[in-house]
Amino acid sequence: MPTDQPNGQPAIHLDHVARHYTLGESTIRAVDDVSLTVPAGEFLALLGSSGSGKSTLLNLIAGLDRPTGGAVIVNNQDLSKMSSLELARYRRQTVGMVFQSFNLLPRMTLEENVELPLRLAEVDRGDRAARVHEALERVSLAKRAGHRPSELSGGEQQRAAIARALVNRPKILLADEPTGNLDSATGESILTLLREIQKNLGMTIVMVTHERPLAERFADRLAVMGDGKLLSNGAAR
Amino acid sequence: MKSRDLSDLAFRNLREAALRNSLTTLGIAVGVASLVAMLSLGVGLQELASKRLSRSGLFDSVFVTPKTNLRGPGGGPPAQRAAASNARPLDDAARSEISSLPNVVEVYPQLRFYSEVRYDGKPYATVVAGLPESSKASGAFDGMQGKFFSSANANEAILQIEFAKELDPQTSSLIGKDLILRYGERQALAAHPGDSAEPSGGFSVVLKEKHLSIIGVVETEPASGFGGFGSGRLLIPLPVAETLRAAQVNDLRDVVRGSASSDKPTYASLTVRAKGPSYVEALETTIKNMGFGAFSLLDASKGLRIFFIVFDLLLFIFSSLALAVATLGIINTLVMAILERRREIGILKALGAADGDVKQLFFVEAGVMGLFGGFLGVGLGWLIGRALNFGTAVYLHRQNLPSVDIFFVPWWLVLFGIGFAILVSLAAGLYPASRAARLDPVQALRYE
Repeated sequence: MPTDQPNGQPAIHLDHVARHYTLGESTIRAVDDVSLTVPAGEFLALLGSSGSGKSTLLNLIAGLDRPTGGAVIVNNQDLSKMSSLELARYRRQTVGMVFQSFNLLPRMTLEENVELPLRLAEVDRGDRAARVHEALERVSLAKRAGHRPSELSGGEQQRAAIARALVNRPKILLADEPTGNLDSATGESILTLLREIQKNLGMTIVMVTHERPLAERFADRLAVMGDGKLLSNGAAR
Repeated sequence: MKSRDLSDLAFRNLREAALRNSLTTLGIAVGVASLVAMLSLGVGLQELASKRLSRSGLFDSVFVTPKTNLRGPGGGPPAQRAAASNARPLDDAARSEISSLPNVVEVYPQLRFYSEVRYDGKPYATVVAGLPESSKASGAFDGMQGKFFSSANANEAILQIEFAKELDPQTSSLIGKDLILRYGERQALAAHPGDSAEPSGGFSVVLKEKHLSIIGVVETEPASGFGGFGSGRLLIPLPVAETLRAAQVNDLRDVVRGSASSDKPTYASLTVRAKGPSYVEALETTIKNMGFGAFSLLDASKGLRIFFIVFDLLLFIFSSLALAVATLGIINTLVMAILERRREIGILKALGAADGDVKQLFFVEAGVMGLFGGFLGVGLGWLIGRALNFGTAVYLHRQNLPSVDIFFVPWWLVLFGIGFAILVSLAAGLYPASRAARLDPVQALRYE
């Protein structure tokens, strides 16, 4: 799948982004004045301990949440100025998401799970089967297409989730602790897969993780968060 | 999302919680069934009443009396009677004049007279009434023993069952037997020549006999119409009754009032049948303007309609209570579904579902439950109606009465039942659907 985004151009630009919550009389600064730029085609690992704000930041980039301050600019579009309908379209077309707990729908087969984003994007029925097959083939699960998630291992479920994230051919893949529920060997294989996808498809990947050794092996750059702030912007490897 | 995908997902979701959704759908079905059963009872009773009444001819008839009538409809209060002292007599001339009015189907007199019947050598006192040919279609003779008059001039008699029982408790054995009718024939008297003190006219009453063949026994009282003087218990064709020239109650009144002429008897009342109930009001006014008393049951008909509208409304309200309970069931089911599918809603939103997609999904699920509940409910309501119709028929049969359908499910009620179920379900789905649409995807994905 060719990418229409040249490497080096910023795919994601965070400009003094803040996400504050009010809890009673106190204000929780989940993300506090974070500025970060991710060039197109980069694999960025966002590290930090629990509660550091890395998942909140990922949700802001995914358009699942809105910042209380600053701007989240993806492909030159300011997400904070988008309507909820535009954000939904953005989530369908521009980004794909992978979660720690896979988030496959248990009563659907892999095929049906992967088809779901195509249904939401109103892709013609005739095109869907080929695209689902292509996505499952990419993660080596074409033969398990008719199985339900409960019949698969954790690693297979995460691969299916990656296939679902890729099926709409997004430019950016956002992964929230994709290896968190997997053993180290399976986790490694998942990151190998993500790396392959990044290289083959020229995708921009932002991965939240707290496993620094894995991040150091697979990511192009590491950014570290703590108490909602960006502690280290990292440097390209 | 495309509507086909939306309905695919909705059906899939409904299948997943099959038991709960089936019970909710059944709740809607019971609500709709009670609605359909109650309304079909209202419609059935209204149909029954209006069919019977319109067939009886009461609502397309005007009952005409002379304004000098001493009693009965058209007589009016005393002030009116005084003013009507010069009113026209209700005689043959008046009859033909009324017959020629527009929209009049037929005009016939109400002929009733006292007589003695000889049957099997024994005398029985009764009132004889003349029946027009058109009364055959009134429905009063449905299910009678024997048959209606073979012709308008046949020397045949139909007996009202109470009178028939006096003649022979085994009423069916009367059919085919003969009886003798003894009655007083009115014969005109000439005025005494040279006696200027005596007003001209007058008549004598001469005893006559008429042989009639009994051809039927009827349970209803077909001749108990308005403007008459009691029910006829022995019914003969009206043309036959007219040829008998039997003395009427009003003959004596006319002689005393000096309004009678010996050779031209007047009628106590005439029944005027219009082409339809819509012509009755104008006809009544015209006849009144001609100098007669006129009365119709149009006002009673309006009252009947108002009664049925109120009756239907009450039935609707009561049966809607069941549907209201079913509505709460839908809301409960869908709210529970939101709680259960919170994470799924979060996933859908993360994958790019808009608020509207989620709302539509829950809406379609509510609508599908309504659709199935509606179909099932209408079927169930129809079955209840059929069962009660059957029960009523059995009961009436045991009472030796003809069966009637008290439940009637018209097409509009079928469509209304289904449409109403869908509408109510969609309304019930409004709150859960908008609640699901408003769900914060970040919170929903965190939910375990």
